[in-house]
Amino acid sequence: MELKTPLYEVHEASGGKIVPFAGYLLPVQYETGVIKEHMAVREKCGLFDVSHMGEVTFKGPGALASLNHLLGNDFTNMPLGKVRYSVMCNENGGVIDDLLVYKFGEEYYYIVVNASNRHKDFEHMKKNILADTQIEDISDQIAQVALQGPLAKEIMLKLVKEEDLPKKYYTAVEHVDIAGMDCLVSTTGYTGEAGYEIYTANENAVKLWNTLMEAGKDEGLIPCGLGARDTLRLEASMPLYGHEMDEDISPLETGLELGVKMDKEDFIGKKALLERGEPKICRVGLSVIDRGVLREHQDIYIGDEKVGHTTSGTFCPYLSKAVAMALIDKKYSELGTVVEVDVRGRRVKAEVCELPFYKRAK
Amino acid sequence: MLNPEELKYSKTHEWLKEEADGTVTIGLTDFAQDSLGDIVFVNLPEAGDEVKAGESFADVESVKAVSDVFSPVSGTVSAVNEEILDNPALVNEDCYNAWLIKVENVSDREELLDNKAYEELCEKEG
Repeated sequence: MELKTPLYEVHEASGGKIVPFAGYLLPVQYETGVIKEHMAVREKCGLFDVSHMGEVTFKGPGALASLNHLLGNDFTNMPLGKVRYSVMCNENGGVIDDLLVYKFGEEYYYIVVNASNRHKDFEHMKKNILADTQIEDISDQIAQVALQGPLAKEIMLKLVKEEDLPKKYYTAVEHVDIAGMDCLVSTTGYTGEAGYEIYTANENAVKLWNTLMEAGKDEGLIPCGLGARDTLRLEASMPLYGHEMDEDISPLETGLELGVKMDKEDFIGKKALLERGEPKICRVGLSVIDRGVLREHQDIYIGDEKVGHTTSGTFCPYLSKAVAMALIDKKYSELGTVVEVDVRGRRVKAEVCELPFYKRAK
Repeated sequence: MLNPEELKYSKTHEWLKEEADGTVTIGLTDFAQDSLGDIVFVNLPEAGDEVKAGESFADVESVKAVSDVFSPVSGTVSAVNEEILDNPALVNEDCYNAWLIKVENVSDREELLDNKAYEELCEKEG
């Protein structure tokens, strides 16, 4: 049985098409449709309910050592208020999850994990934390919304003074007062645009949503669903767990070196990653040459040789073209290499192209 | 949107129009286009291809998913709507004018519904 986020009724009332996703009932789109929602985030601003995401706190004198043991990234000397991306590997060097680590104190870290992996992650963390670390899964108490797009800051400034907001990309501030609600605000997101992710207690969720929608009225802010979240992250070439990575794919194969510091003394999975050696496959972008749309898990050929498979694919509304991310034999990963993708029995020509497909102008 | 009275409907959400010259025109219903969402690509057969009643003759890609389109009749494709290939969004905008193919030499057909029976079906599925 699927859970409802605290914003479920708001989505229903706003015409959201509700689907089950990662154990939650969430809107895949509103009446506006995926393309308009996608474009709103690229050109103006969109608001997403991402309350399904999981939150785990790490506290105590052993918190830092535990994180460094559990996760691929290095959190030593991480500044307060910083957010850092990491992967969490299993003993075989596959990926259990990818996640964000927020640091709010020398003994207080706030971890955000994928909804679909939340229970698995917590079990793994509990089993492997070191001494003097208290961890808690607070996901069920926390709602999260993402305000994303070039006008996100303008909208936020109607509600919060500039000096109270996080400034640099991937930073966070706790206890930001938004219309009387206690919120955690970070300059993070999953769309390739500037914006904020805002965490608050469940009971504030509806008021926070309505406050933001009202504040963004003149900026053209619209609610956006999971459909646009996926096309936006794909267009920005951001990896998604279960697609570009899983328990078998290594983070080095899928191009997530930024989330694994191989020069760190030790972490779970490091030994296996070293043993696996230089990856033979890598993640590339594919751009369709002919007509057609690529989807996930389609085989890639050069002649009769199978050289890889797609991990995510869609039609990108902003770029107005069909693209895919793929794991491919390194030999064939050079830009411009022409491949054929088996799209339900039909061969569709595509070309290896640069990632990210879309990068916002600074 | 109302499903036009003069059309017939398949249980798999295609509409069919009997033309005066004996050919039939096939398209996607409003229910189908609404379920699919924004359509970005339509893969159509070519004139001269054979289609079979109950079998897929095209696929439609929306940003969300891909879906097969089934032919309600058997026969020979006499024309395809080239405009749809260039502008697939027409199916979302005006599905009862944005036809997909025309079929001649119709030999066999699926059980089809009138608009009332079809609306009842949509209500059950919706």
